Amino acid sequence: MRTVLILPTAIYQAILAHARRDHPDEACGVVAGPAGSDRPERLIEMVNAAGSPTFYQFDSMEQLKVWQAMDQADEEPVVIYHSHTATEAYPSRTDINLAQEPGAHYVLVSTADPDSIEFRSYRIVDGVVTEEPVELMESPGPPTG
Amino acid sequence: MAVEVKIPTILRTYTDGAKSVPGEGGNLAALLDDLESRHAGLKGRLVTEDGSLHRFVNVYVNDEDVRFTGSLDTALSDGDAVTILPAVAGGSPESEIAGGSPDSGIADAAR
Repeated sequence: MRTVLILPTAIYQAILAHARRDHPDEACGVVAGPAGSDRPERLIEMVNAAGSPTFYQFDSMEQLKVWQAMDQADEEPVVIYHSHTATEAYPSRTDINLAQEPGAHYVLVSTADPDSIEFRSYRIVDGVVTEEPVELMESPGPPTG
Repeated sequence: MAVEVKIPTILRTYTDGAKSVPGEGGNLAALLDDLESRHAGLKGRLVTEDGSLHRFVNVYVNDEDVRFTGSLDTALSDGDAVTILPAVAGGSPESEIAGGSPDSGIADAAR
């Protein structure tokens, strides 16, 4: 299992924009990628069904549709992200207890300080949190010659 | 009633890695008992000790969330498609101070 998250800059910026837009409520979403590739490629902003500044939960029907679409495209959730709007970008006890995608990178964004937004990534497996570095890459351009 | 059950990644340790398994039952509760007979431990990840569906597990029958169709009493027919997905949820530290930690999900049941 890789211990680094390599993310296209455009997706990184889109996640930050989503977190800022939904502040002070928590924002949440998924970045899908080809199964087994560990490449986050397709951003899906999810509705926070909890609509809360201190909790997030995917809407169960939206989640089913998104998970089915990933299945059809032979994709998996490579990144699951959400924001903390008044605290640091570190998984809470609740986040750890409810982390149920052992293959995913869990990204936490903090919008608590609008001047310096935190963006951090973790593995959460069997209740154990491991932070990993985030590396940004330019999205590949159109194929040439 | 023979149905196909889709198993999420986190529960495939109970199905030898299979993404979906066949099962039988006239309703969801009977189906979970049937699955338990071949995949011991699976039911405990989905149902709480008091016999209700875990709060942070989603079960769908033919793309309907069973929370809206009778939960474990949801009737099954031949050929129905059952999908299990772990809910994706979490909270910030204030949610713990304010309301205590919510019920655990299926991940927690393994510890």
